[in-house]
Amino acid sequence: MTQTPVPNLRLHVENLSCRRGGRLIFEGVSLSLGGGEALALTGRNGAGKSSLIAMLCGRLRPDGGSIRIDGADEAELGELSHLVGHRDGLKTALTARENLAFAQDLLGSPAASPEAALAAVGLAHASALPVGYLSAGQRRRVALARLLVSRRPYWLLDEPMSALDAASQAMLAGLMRDHLRAGGAILAATHGPLGLDARELRIGP
Amino acid sequence: MCVTGAFLAILKRDLVLAARAGGGGELALVFFLTLVVLVPFALGPDLNLLSRLGPAILWLGALLAVLIGLDRLFQHDEEDGSLELMRMSPLPLEGAVLAKGLAHWLTTGLPLALVSPLLGLLVALPGEAMLPLAATLLVGTPALSFIGAAGAALAASLRRGGLIVPVLVAPLTIPVLIFGVSASNAALGGTVPFRTPFLILTALSLAAVAVGTLAAAAALRQPE
Repeated sequence: MTQTPVPNLRLHVENLSCRRGGRLIFEGVSLSLGGGEALALTGRNGAGKSSLIAMLCGRLRPDGGSIRIDGADEAELGELSHLVGHRDGLKTALTARENLAFAQDLLGSPAASPEAALAAVGLAHASALPVGYLSAGQRRRVALARLLVSRRPYWLLDEPMSALDAASQAMLAGLMRDHLRAGGAILAATHGPLGLDARELRIGP
Repeated sequence: MCVTGAFLAILKRDLVLAARAGGGGELALVFFLTLVVLVPFALGPDLNLLSRLGPAILWLGALLAVLIGLDRLFQHDEEDGSLELMRMSPLPLEGAVLAKGLAHWLTTGLPLALVSPLLGLLVALPGEAMLPLAATLLVGTPALSFIGAAGAALAASLRRGGLIVPVLVAPLTIPVLIFGVSASNAALGGTVPFRTPFLILTALSLAAVAVGTLAAAAALRQPE
């Protein structure tokens, strides 16, 4: 549905290491991710999957190693990426439509309209409801609809399947396949199958 | 173009959130009202004393009313992940802070300044001092919002930052308080012309908007 024209972007992560509170979480993590590719980040709880994603967004300083992008000079990965993390980034007092319209204005490069994005995640009927009235799974779907309102080549997803029922998981898998087909790239931390053809990177012991 | 859109989106969202139930937009106003209504009862029936203290009471009330909800300026956005979105926007964080500080002022400082002539009646403020007092609040409260924004940004990721924000911010607001009250008093008469402290107050506000914005953005940008 979203046609994401991706220039020749390739993300390179080399020998990344992470310490938190003096404890080594992971080290020697390397990966490379370009358009049309998906990477499933696996590892047990506390292995550092969320920390790795936070480093890619620039929220966490790497304790070693490097992160760089080919094909984008000086552009930060943060401005090329969508992040759907544990926190949904939604305001409960605003309606689903208002939340998405805000995200679209904030993130720029508009793609689908908020209404169309909500329809794509099966929440067209909830568009005028305050997000506070929605269930955890529905909120997660509103947060995922954010991926569609603004065009960004990298999708960084932190356990995107959590709180989703089987039908919604299939819906998300469909959205991710469309994104890959359009030349986008996906990095998803996950415990279960993503429902698409993805390389697996296991971090931690 | 898209940067302006992002700025306006944050401004509009914060105004809408403040206006919706439980947004906290009215909290400052109610606190201000309560304080100014109660003080005359505490001081007793000496009308001259009350009118001499009037500007100080109104300014103190406004200062505390602005400080009271300040800890939530960035904390809610940090908790629900909206701040993460703002960090990923093409709009620099300085712009996001400016939009949020402006929205904070529009929903706290501005209403306080607008109702202050009315509340001036309760503290027996002479008629000719009403407008100058409202003017000092109008130009002085942006300083409170933006000095506060820097403090709130520092405490954004602290789970119980509520207490630390007033402690951090209150000392920095003292110059604003001094010149706000002295400008209001100058309007009541005396040797100092109203203009002198009023212009210093204006300067303090402008400096606070610039420095507060940069400081808050730097605090928010700091990786963990």
